[in-house]
Amino acid sequence: MAEFRLPKNSRVAKGKKFDAPQGATNTKTFRIYRWEPESGENPRVDSFTIDLDKCGPMVLDAVIKIKNEIDPTLTFRRSCREGICGSCAFNIDGKNTLACTQRITDIEGDVRIYPLPHMPVVKDLVPDLTHFYAQLESIEPWIKTDTPAPTRERLQTPEDRAKLDGLYECILCACCSTACPSYWWNPERYLGPAVLLQAYRWIVDSRDEATGDRLDDLEDPFKLYRCHTIMNCTNTCPKGLNPAKAIQETKKLLLERRG
Amino acid sequence: MSSIRSSLASARGLGSSKTGVTHWWVQRVSAVALVPLTLWFVACLASQLGADYSSVTDWLSSPIQASLLAIYLAAIFYHSQLGLQVVVEDYIHHEGMKMALLITFQLVNILLAVASIFSVIMILVGAA
Repeated sequence: MAEFRLPKNSRVAKGKKFDAPQGATNTKTFRIYRWEPESGENPRVDSFTIDLDKCGPMVLDAVIKIKNEIDPTLTFRRSCREGICGSCAFNIDGKNTLACTQRITDIEGDVRIYPLPHMPVVKDLVPDLTHFYAQLESIEPWIKTDTPAPTRERLQTPEDRAKLDGLYECILCACCSTACPSYWWNPERYLGPAVLLQAYRWIVDSRDEATGDRLDDLEDPFKLYRCHTIMNCTNTCPKGLNPAKAIQETKKLLLERRG
Repeated sequence: MSSIRSSLASARGLGSSKTGVTHWWVQRVSAVALVPLTLWFVACLASQLGADYSSVTDWLSSPIQASLLAIYLAAIFYHSQLGLQVVVEDYIHHEGMKMALLITFQLVNILLAVASIFSVIMILVGAA
């Protein structure tokens, strides 16, 4: 049944405060969610005020600066720092996005940074994405053919290739799925926008020969039809993609094949 | 997370039930159908505003008006049933409670649909 309050051990407490260095004039405060599984303590929000004149322009620059210079125990994922690996997805200023492509100066007031919503937290800003990746694996995101492999590349018309635009760019950062209320309520069974976009990417690929099987596997009230076109996914996608449209197109194909 | 079952096994779960298209489609069709039907119904109400009982029953004695009203009522309770089912499936995670609510809503909507359509028929044949 619905729970309206967080369990006692999950309520967020006030954390430590680190003031700006002496002489800093251009400062910004970062309020960051912290949780240490071994400590047995409740999660807390630490407050770090840093000198923006000695920091790169993006939120990830600030988070790395805090880890390097103030608190080395701050834990988060990051890799490419240019919006292509999808590692540094956090809930920043109330919206899921990539820390490496989010400008600090585009945020008014304090910068609040939380892990992606509604996922089990491993530590600090690191969510457990095991189930998310397993769901991706379950839709078999690779080409499937019965025709023997050609001796050269598999051909595709420019028009058919264009159908993959807006789909192949997905970096699986999980911003969309963790912004989706339907995924919050039914993550065990609903595949969520990111995985459904990936499924559609293979459904519309003209080179794939398992389209019918792929549609069969999605035709389910929970796997697919928990999507109620809320469109938080499209609103939050840091790559500007439209998972809601991919899901809608899948629903249309399922209707179309019934004749 | 804490299960010794593989994550892929949990993600695959019981597999796809191969249903859902019909529910999704008729929910949309009934929603679209309710738009003109509601406009018609509101227009009828407005035309009978302040009228006495015999005027309303006279109006309902036309087979076309009575049929439209019966279809409107059927569409309302059908659409209500489809929507409530989605709400229960979204939010209720206790299997027993879910089943009980789904059956209850279904029975209530059937009762309301049948009772309201019967009322229309009774007016039509002059029994009320």
